Amino acid sequence: MTDSKYFTTTKKGEIFELKAELNSDKKEKKKEAVKKVIASMTVGKDVSALFPDVVNCMQTDNLELKKLVYLYLMNYAKSQPDMAIMAVNTFVKDCEDLNPLIRALAVRTMGCIRVDKITEYLCEPLRKCLKDEDPYVRKTAAVCVAKLHDINAQLVEDQGFLDTLKDLISDSNPMVVANAVAALSEIAESHPNSNLLDLNPQTINKLLTALNECTEWGQIFILDCLANYTPRDDRESQSICERVTPRLSHANSAVVLSAVKVLMKFMEMLPKDLDYYGTLLKKLAPPLVTLLSAEPELQYVALRNINLIVQRRPEILKHEMKVFFVKYNDPIYVKLEKLDIMIRLASQANIAQVLAELKEYATEVDVDFVRKAVRAIGRCAIKVEQSAERCVSTLLDLIQTKVNYVVQEAIVVIKDIFRKYPNKYESVIATLCEHLESLDEPEARAAMIWIVGEYAERIDNADELLESFLEGFHDESTQVQLQLLTAIVKLFLKKPTETQELVQQVLSLATQDSDNPDLRDRGYIYWRLLSTDPVAAKEVVLAEKPLISEETDLIEPTLLEELICHIGTLASVYHKPPSAFVEGSRGVQHKRLAGSAGSGESVESPDTGSAAGVSEAPPAVIPSQGDLLGDLLNLDLTPPTATGPPPAAAPGMQLGAMDLLGGGLDSLLGGDIGGSPAMGAGFGAPPAAMPASFNAPVSGGLDDLFDLGGGVGMTMGSYTPPKTVWLPAMKAKGLEISGVFVRRSGVIQMEMTLSNKAMSVMSDFAIQFNRNSFGLAPAGPLQILTPLSPNQTIEAALPLSTVGPVMKMEPLNNLQVAVKNNIDVFYFSCQYPISMLFLEDGKMERQVFLATWKDIPNENESQFQIKDCHLNSDAASNKLQGSNIFTIAKRTVEGQDMLYQSMKLTNGIWVLAELRVQAGNPNYTISLKCRAPEVSQCVFQNYEAVLKN
Amino acid sequence: MIGGLFIYNHKGEVLISRVYRDDIGRNAVDAFRVNVIHARQQVRSPVTNIARTSFFHVKRSNIWLAAVTKQNVNAAMVFEFLYKMCDVMTAYFGKISEENIKNNFVLIYELLDEILDFGYPQNSETGALKTFITQQGIKGQTKEEQSQITSQVTGQIGWRREGIKYRRNELFLDVLESVNLLMSPQGQVLSAHVSGRVVMKSYLSGMPECKFGMNDKIVIDKQGKGGASDDAGKSDLGGGSSGKQSIAIDDCTFHQCVRLSKFDSERSISFIPPDGEYELMRYRTTKDIILPFRVIPLVREVGRTKLEVKVVIKSNFKPSLLAQKIEVRIPTPLNTSGVQVICMKGKAKYKASENAIVWKIKRMAGMKESQISAEIELLPTNDKKKWARPPISMNFEVPFAPSGLKVRYLKVFESKLNYSDHDVIKWVRYIGRSGIYETRC
Repeated sequence: MTDSKYFTTTKKGEIFELKAELNSDKKEKKKEAVKKVIASMTVGKDVSALFPDVVNCMQTDNLELKKLVYLYLMNYAKSQPDMAIMAVNTFVKDCEDLNPLIRALAVRTMGCIRVDKITEYLCEPLRKCLKDEDPYVRKTAAVCVAKLHDINAQLVEDQGFLDTLKDLISDSNPMVVANAVAALSEIAESHPNSNLLDLNPQTINKLLTALNECTEWGQIFILDCLANYTPRDDRESQSICERVTPRLSHANSAVVLSAVKVLMKFMEMLPKDLDYYGTLLKKLAPPLVTLLSAEPELQYVALRNINLIVQRRPEILKHEMKVFFVKYNDPIYVKLEKLDIMIRLASQANIAQVLAELKEYATEVDVDFVRKAVRAIGRCAIKVEQSAERCVSTLLDLIQTKVNYVVQEAIVVIKDIFRKYPNKYESVIATLCEHLESLDEPEARAAMIWIVGEYAERIDNADELLESFLEGFHDESTQVQLQLLTAIVKLFLKKPTETQELVQQVLSLATQDSDNPDLRDRGYIYWRLLSTDPVAAKEVVLAEKPLISEETDLIEPTLLEELICHIGTLASVYHKPPSAFVEGSRGVQHKRLAGSAGSGESVESPDTGSAAGVSEAPPAVIPSQGDLLGDLLNLDLTPPTATGPPPAAAPGMQLGAMDLLGGGLDSLLGGDIGGSPAMGAGFGAPPAAMPASFNAPVSGGLDDLFDLGGGVGMTMGSYTPPKTVWLPAMKAKGLEISGVFVRRSGVIQMEMTLSNKAMSVMSDFAIQFNRNSFGLAPAGPLQILTPLSPNQTIEAALPLSTVGPVMKMEPLNNLQVAVKNNIDVFYFSCQYPISMLFLEDGKMERQVFLATWKDIPNENESQFQIKDCHLNSDAASNKLQGSNIFTIAKRTVEGQDMLYQSMKLTNGIWVLAELRVQAGNPNYTISLKCRAPEVSQCVFQNYEAVLKN
Repeated sequence: MIGGLFIYNHKGEVLISRVYRDDIGRNAVDAFRVNVIHARQQVRSPVTNIARTSFFHVKRSNIWLAAVTKQNVNAAMVFEFLYKMCDVMTAYFGKISEENIKNNFVLIYELLDEILDFGYPQNSETGALKTFITQQGIKGQTKEEQSQITSQVTGQIGWRREGIKYRRNELFLDVLESVNLLMSPQGQVLSAHVSGRVVMKSYLSGMPECKFGMNDKIVIDKQGKGGASDDAGKSDLGGGSSGKQSIAIDDCTFHQCVRLSKFDSERSISFIPPDGEYELMRYRTTKDIILPFRVIPLVREVGRTKLEVKVVIKSNFKPSLLAQKIEVRIPTPLNTSGVQVICMKGKAKYKASENAIVWKIKRMAGMKESQISAEIELLPTNDKKKWARPPISMNFEVPFAPSGLKVRYLKVFESKLNYSDHDVIKWVRYIGRSGIYETRC
């Protein structure tokens, strides 16, 4: 057993030698050679040149050798599709072998070979294997259906494999059931509304039975699938909970967490006064605590989840504070997470213990951990009023240690304490001022300046202190500059006589010498206020501030609900919805907790408000900017894709828009300050003063955001534009491609002109598309039969289909293309007009149109202006009809023509439009409504292009 | 699901790379090396997201195992799988080291092909795997043997094969506990818990049905009320000579062979055991723990250049029992220049490389006391940062279960073969070890 020798051959001419060995007559030598090939493959060497020789070794009765060859095939088949066909015969033969292990091996490997031609041959053997007498073969075949679906979804549907897979849920063997469930769940994820996993009480019963019998991994698949089910009433949900609770004692942490997920979700359905509800709550705590004795990596996953659970149902772990105490040799990631949970669990009952611990932590070595511990002390003070005094004295002790980052962190939290308990702890200001020089971090400097400004009347030398900061005004960060400006204005309003010079100085610095618009604007506002009405200025700048709320970093409730549905998964580790980090259509479905249905009483938990609190504004005065803004950013990156058919996409869209609303409002509130939220409140207008009617500007902001999200840098060809150069000759070794997309009698075509500007003949053309938003793919090969000689130009038309793999692109209508010829492979990207995707049957019934228009939420509506268009409404209507935009009705109100139009995209998405044309006014207004709002921008651009040509 | 699995050596060279999903490219291998392995201490989470690809890693000595995905996978499952993968490899070729991995790379690929299909973990019980992944080929099998293998791999009892025979039916039970403590300098218990494991070695013929009983408070109380109809309580295996009648178990988890629904409803632990050694259950208790040792620290700073440390340890168990392998570790500041130690018992040494005084005592009986005192000379420094004073930690081994757990019975039934519970030779052993046993000073 010294396989390591295979790693060491690095001689030149190695490939040649290997080739000889592979073709050797001796079995042993062959096997050795294949091992060497695999070793080279592992370390990243390209051994694809040996493809035919390795495949020749496939016909063997030596299973070990066979497995090695298969491994090679899986790696290289894609790059050598033509030669991979050579292997098909052996596969098909192996699928008929007497030995079930070999049958399974063949079907397992075949599914991993992602070559279209092979998948065709796979269907028959797969069908047989799905009905094989041996469970080992069936369980392998079940997974193979998921593999095949990933390669060619259409094929799987056409061949009826989905039904066979559904039948396997009733299989007698638990492992077959588990794998079938896993495969179906995965397939269902990419067809959100297909109802594939049609879960009903009977299937649930089967799953629960299999749960008791299958492997630990199978139990995870089944539990994760169960979590997607919505019980009909509270009785059903209780009976499922009862059958799931035993899993909490499983040795495998993932089984436990998935069981917790099911219970957390189904508990929502149970009436709170039910005895069983209380029992269940009690049962959840011990297994969660046990997870903390697992390996550190699992502890980390568990802690991230406990963080969510504690926010949703604080009662579960309220007595378990001690287990979250940090151990000296915990890895840092475990320590930080424990600290977070300690703060969440802190209450009057345990605060003394918690504080003693936190003080201990503040003397540790790791800087991040120490900072967080100091911050935690401040949060305890804000959360538990009775402890505030003790917290402040602890913080003062820590300041005495003179450790730079401890001092700075302490000052930042003391500022928050002042916000919560004004006029209570001002005696400590003197101590704080002693450490003014040691503050070098913007956040700490800003906090200190805020304190000085806020309590200027009690600090004798406040003007001196602030003046000292002013010297290096331009070198400060924006955060500090803004605070300094506000603080000096406050000082001026409090002590007008001696500080006039100072305030003038800072106003001129802010307005004249600064490039920062936020700073400049704030400077001007103050300046005008002070010069027009000092009394009003006083009322605004020195207004009483709202108290800050205790929980500053709660996850926003709708996101929390979604994350609870993802317990145990990556989403729960990142604390982000899957759509934020998963590409393509998989993450689109937003999961929600089900409200209780059964009993009519209000059984919502009081702490979260209504479970359906979609339209609520952010809950806390200081919302967690980080999370929400993060969310917003993610949304910009990957808005829920428009690939799913409309009805299913709807809830997702709606939620997405809500997140955006939250974020928009938030960023308005938080204003220009990225850092500590309390800073924002230092600015004249207190956030709490924002009335509910603020909604209007917010939705305006929403539109802007959509504009940003969808349309940045989008340049689109016009309706029937001339061909544009897609691939310049410079970039493609002399090959130039220009082209245009057209739709002719229902067929989408890519018309291209290829020119050879090089010195040599080009041949062997082929084309491929990357995954794209609408699944565009070549419907056939690129037909260029004769070689292209130098300076020759050739026209080619490539028909396209829309059943290819789907991935959201940015911009939406972007298409990445690879063209190959005998010289090299070249890549370019181009954008197609979206009208190409409008179907000929896109005319909606009037009634349906009306209902749909009402049904689509208003957030999904976007409005655009089309300028300088000189057509009358009928001409416009005709012109649009040419590109499958159909006018359904026309109404004339006060000389304004309103055209109601509809169009349907190839993936089934409907877009509804209202086009307003006023005689004599060259500007049209268009409103678009669609369940997938991100297409609106593209559609609008298309309108513009069509109408102007 | 899992998109790919890579194994690296400490330098970040790939030893094994297996890709299961099309969305994972070769560049993922390099991304992990560059962003995690070469980043040294910068990465502070076992889950890393690089360019929308998530990497889960665990380290075994200096080998990195990384699972990669682009989907929203079950994170707990991925880590459990990585641990399991380590267990399987260890069972096949011993320690996980670069050399062993290179020597067995063909085997590892074969295992990876079997236990992970399209990223979905499949049966990973070594008992079952060893029946058909042998590195010897499976030519010689008869049809019956083949179907036996497949039914075992997919079956309800995937952890045990049929037809096992022993001349002597024997079983060993080890109750292994690790007692964890965090105590304040004043002797107040901040937190204490025992995490215990019951490890069983079974050498039993056929498919025996086993039933395990311990002094679980819930069971004992129930029997007390119900008039003790279960005669099982009589055959006391533990020789429960001392201590409490029953213990309160906070929580327990079981090997997958245990019928969980039965435990949930009747609190009885019944199972068909795997052959050989395995972990039957894990449990945790927090109430009425016997703390085998108490540490009383006294640290005094004499000026800026000297520390005086005195530590007393007291053993707190029956005088007839002997604790072993006792080690007390007293941390010293980084600027220590010299240390003088005096101890009554055992040997003590200052270990500069570990920044600690290590005091070792081979054996110590119960209800005894011992003491160490040390003078630590310090170099003067400008370092403003205070010394963090890490806690004093202790290691030991005692021949009893600090939680008070006792095994009451382990009954074996095998109806098809002619041996009964009485014919099985049973052994029970209790070992209590220190987990994280710390006293702040």
